[in-house]
Formats: sequence, structure tokens, C-alpha cells
Amino acid sequence: MTETTPNKLEVAGLRAWFGTTRALHDIDLVLPERRVTAIIGPSGCGKSTFIRCLNRMHETVPAARVEGRVMLDGADIYAPGVDPVSIRGRVGMVFQRPNPFPTMSIFENVAAGLRLNGIRPSRDDLAGIVEQSLRQAALWDEVKDGLHASGVSISGGQQQRLCIARTLAVAPEVVLMDEPCSALDPIATTKIEALIHELREKYTIVIVTHSMQQAARVSDVTAFMYLGRLVEFGPTQKLFTTPERKETEDYITGRFG
Amino acid sequence: MTLRSRRIVDRLASVMAGVCTVVLLVPLALILGYLLARGASALNLEFFTHLPAPVGESGGGMANAIVGSLTLVALAVVIGLPIGVLTGVYLAEHGRTPLGSTVRFCADVLNGVPSIVIGIYAYTLVVLPMKGFSAYAGGIALAVITLPVVARTTEEMIRLVPTSLREASLALGVPMWRTTVSVVLRTARGGILTGTMLAIARVAGETAPLIFTAFGNQYWQSGLRGPIASLPVQIYTYAISPFDDWHRQAWAGALVLMTLIATTSLSVRFLTRGKTAHGR
Ligand SMILES: Nc1ncnc2c1ncn2[C@@H]1O[C@H](COP(=O)(O)OP(=O)(O)OP(=O)(O)O)[C@@H](O)[C@H]1O
Ligand SMILES: [Mg+2]
Repeated sequence: MTETTPNKLEVAGLRAWFGTTRALHDIDLVLPERRVTAIIGPSGCGKSTFIRCLNRMHETVPAARVEGRVMLDGADIYAPGVDPVSIRGRVGMVFQRPNPFPTMSIFENVAAGLRLNGIRPSRDDLAGIVEQSLRQAALWDEVKDGLHASGVSISGGQQQRLCIARTLAVAPEVVLMDEPCSALDPIATTKIEALIHELREKYTIVIVTHSMQQAARVSDVTAFMYLGRLVEFGPTQKLFTTPERKETEDYITGRFG
Repeated sequence: MTLRSRRIVDRLASVMAGVCTVVLLVPLALILGYLLARGASALNLEFFTHLPAPVGESGGGMANAIVGSLTLVALAVVIGLPIGVLTGVYLAEHGRTPLGSTVRFCADVLNGVPSIVIGIYAYTLVVLPMKGFSAYAGGIALAVITLPVVARTTEEMIRLVPTSLREASLALGVPMWRTTVSVVLRTARGGILTGTMLAIARVAGETAPLIFTAFGNQYWQSGLRGPIASLPVQIYTYAISPFDDWHRQAWAGALVLMTLIATTSLSVRFLTRGKTAHGR
């Protein structure tokens, strides 16, 4: 499968630090376009750090540092002169904990990416973008009668889908999701997984998850990380049935530690 | 400790806390009551619409002083709020650098500078070059007093805004400055307003810094470049005079000043209810 699809992101020799603490060791990885890539691994192994390096969010942490290359459509996002702001517009991110803007309504939350970037579509266009994004995030039917309610007045699962809609509204090419379901109940989780399945048609998706079942259900390729290193990477089916490395096997069979 | 002795200690603590609360509230009640008793009788429509009457004539009001106080406070806010908020933003974002610590230290020292010293400072810096007392000089003196309060409150309120909101905005491709203005400051708005209110309440009653700057005026001010009346200075002038009529007016002025400050604080409290960083 990876042979037939072009690579959206190519990561080479990626290293990351928090101050003097090393969080990532020489990661090499390719992410196929319009596919779902799952990142799995035990807590603290660097999954969040890794995906935060893909949209230059890592460097927003004080004293954090990155080395190596991340090619987005063949161009290094860490090349000198590249504006991190423009990269973040192309590589969107959904965080582990829902974080809608509390001072904004549901509508304003979805429109925030456009508004804050100074893009001012006409009223109708904006309403259209908001509706479409909310529909894509499978939230429209639940909130269409209360778009002017506060963004934090809805349930946690709805808030997470609101955050997804907010990310989709700026039309990124890649969507990074950091454990998007960790705060959600099984029903909301199912909805988000179905959503990922649909988004796959248009976006390149990277999802961090602690649930092996979820990785198996939603992803095409899976990467297993351990202690800041990439241990194994391959088609999800293969990685879960016939892993090459002992650590991977131990982890997916729950014999870890 | 036995249960019995614990109960006694508990009782003792409650009683002490109660006594302290009463000790705190009694002066407030006394001030308010006394002001009402002494000032209310001199309050009438004329007080709010007329200029002070010349010595010997009865009647007259403090219209110019009321407008003057509002003008001076407005000037102080217009000058002090932007500088204070920007300083607060700087402290919150770069407060750990040596320059940041220096700025914070200076703000704390400034907060402790007696207001009369700030009056002399504004006198030297504004009144002397402008060759005369002016509303501007008074506004600047009051603004300097509000600066540290506004800056430090803004800093604290911005620190309360969760990093996750900042990250949400940055991850949408929003530039840092825009994130600070539209997300961080917007979320912290309620708290910053409360801090501003505290600062206003403080400067609205300041007398000392105005004596050297805004000076005072028995007539309507001729503009912001000339001396201007204010409630505290007018109260002071009247209170130290030997005339009974003026004493009564001073009480009325004090009552009006307290009411103005209390209503502004209360209305801002009301308007920003539940809009602080932690309020959902
Ligand atoms: N802000 C930070 N400052 C210093 N060290 C950090 C910081 N964030 C993470 N780390 C360290 O970097 C390493 C990787 O953290 P990361 O958050 O990427 O792990 P993770 O795989 O996402 O874990 P989890 O599954 O629990 O979310 C950890 O050892 C952690 O201690
Ligand atoms: Mg994580």
C-alpha cells in the first residue's frame, strides 16, 4: 500500500530535546498521503513530542529544540526561512484534551482559525464553512440549533468534535490527532473513529493512541515507539499479526514491562 | 489532642475569625453611616449642577469637581491602561528574563511609592515644562499610580490562561501576537478589568498628587491644558476652611465620591461576571 501512495511527510534523523532532556532519538519515518498513520507506544515514549515536531509546535515549549528534517511535500519545514505559522496552517492538530476557546461560541470556535488569521469570507461563505466543518466532524446535528452557545457549554465528546471541526475549517492538508478519544466514552469514540475513516478521503491523518484496538481499526500504517525511538513501522495488519521486533510483540500482546 | 480540646480550639478559632470580621466591617459601616449623616443634608440638585459659591454666599455645588474627577480618571485610564496591559503581557511572556525580573521589581517598587512623590514627579516632568498646572499633568500622575496595579494584575491573569488555549490558537496557524491579543487577553479580560477597577478606585480618591498637578479650579475648566477641579482636592479645600457651609459641602462631596467609586466597581463586577479565565 505504501508503495502505491506518494509520501506526504518524510521524517529523517529527527531529534528533539526539552532543555537538556532528550525526548526523540533519530526518527526516520514516512507518512503516506491520504492514509491514516497510528503512533503507538507506552506512556512517555515521545509520541506527543513526535507529532508536535510535525507542525513545529514543539518549539513553542520554552527551551525545547529540534534537529533533523521533516519534508512536507518534499520541502523541509525546518529549513531556514520557513515560517512556522504557515506550516501550522497546513498541518493541523487536535489535542489530547478538548480545548475550545471558552470566550467564544460554537460558531466562533469553528470560525476562529479563519478570523484570527484575518481571512474574512462573506457572511454566507463563513456560515457555509462552519456548517460543512461541523458536518465533517459529525457534530452539526447536535449543535445546529445552538450555534451561539458557549464552546464549553457542550459535553466533553462534543467539545472534542468541535475542536476537530475547528481544525478542519482552516482546510489543512495533514491532521495530527493526539489521543483524540482519551477523554471520551465509547459512543463518542465510535463517532470519532467513523469520522477519521471519512476524513481519510481528503486528509493525511496521524493519530496517537493508547488503544491497540483503535489503531487496528482506523489506521493503514502503524508506528511503534519506545523510549524516544522508532522501533517498528509498517502496514497495520502486518505489525499487529507478525511484528518483526520482540519489543513490538511484547507491547501489542500486553506482555510489556 | 482530645476531642474536647479540639472542639474548644475550633470554637476559639471561629470566634476569633468572627471578631476580626466585625472589626473590619465596623469602620466601613461607621464611615458610610457618618458620611450619610453629615453629607446627605447638603446634597441637592444644585450640588450636582452648580459651581462652588463664593465665600459668604450659601448654596453652590461641585459640578465642576465631579466632571473634573471623571475627566482625570478617564485620562488616567486612557494613558495607564494600554501601557499597564502591555507591560503585563511582557511580564507574563518574558518575565523570566533578567529584563523581565527588573521590570517586575520596578513595578513593585513603583506600587509602594507614596502618591505625593508621584505628584512631585509629575510636577517636575509635566507642569514645569508646560509652564502651568493642567488636567494632563493630573491625568499622568494618576496614570503612573495605576500602572503597577494594572501591569501586575494583567500578568497574573494571563498566567491563569491555560497553555492549551494558546496552543489551540497557534496550531490553527495563528501568529503569536494575534494569539496573545485575541485569545489570551480576551480570555483574561474579566480579571484585567477587575484589576483596572481596583486601580481606578484607588486613584479616584487621590488628593496629594493632584495638588501639584491638576491643582484645582473654582470654575469650569477651560480645557485639558489648564487647571481642573477634582472631588478630592475640592473636599480637602473645603474641609480645611473655617466655614460651616463649606464643611457641609465637603461631607456631601465625600459621599458623592464614595458612591461614584462604589457604583463603578459594582457595575464592572456585574458586567464581567463569570467572564474571568477560570469562570466557564
Ligand atoms: N514540557 C516538557 N518538559 C520536559 N520534558 C518533557 C515535557 N513534555 C514531555 N517531556 C518528556 O519527554 C518525554 C516524551 O514525552 P511525550 O509527552 O512525548 O510522551 P507520550 O508518548 O506522548 O506520553 P503519553 O502517552 O503519556 O501522552 C517524556 O519522557 C517526558 O518526560
Ligand atoms: Mg502524549
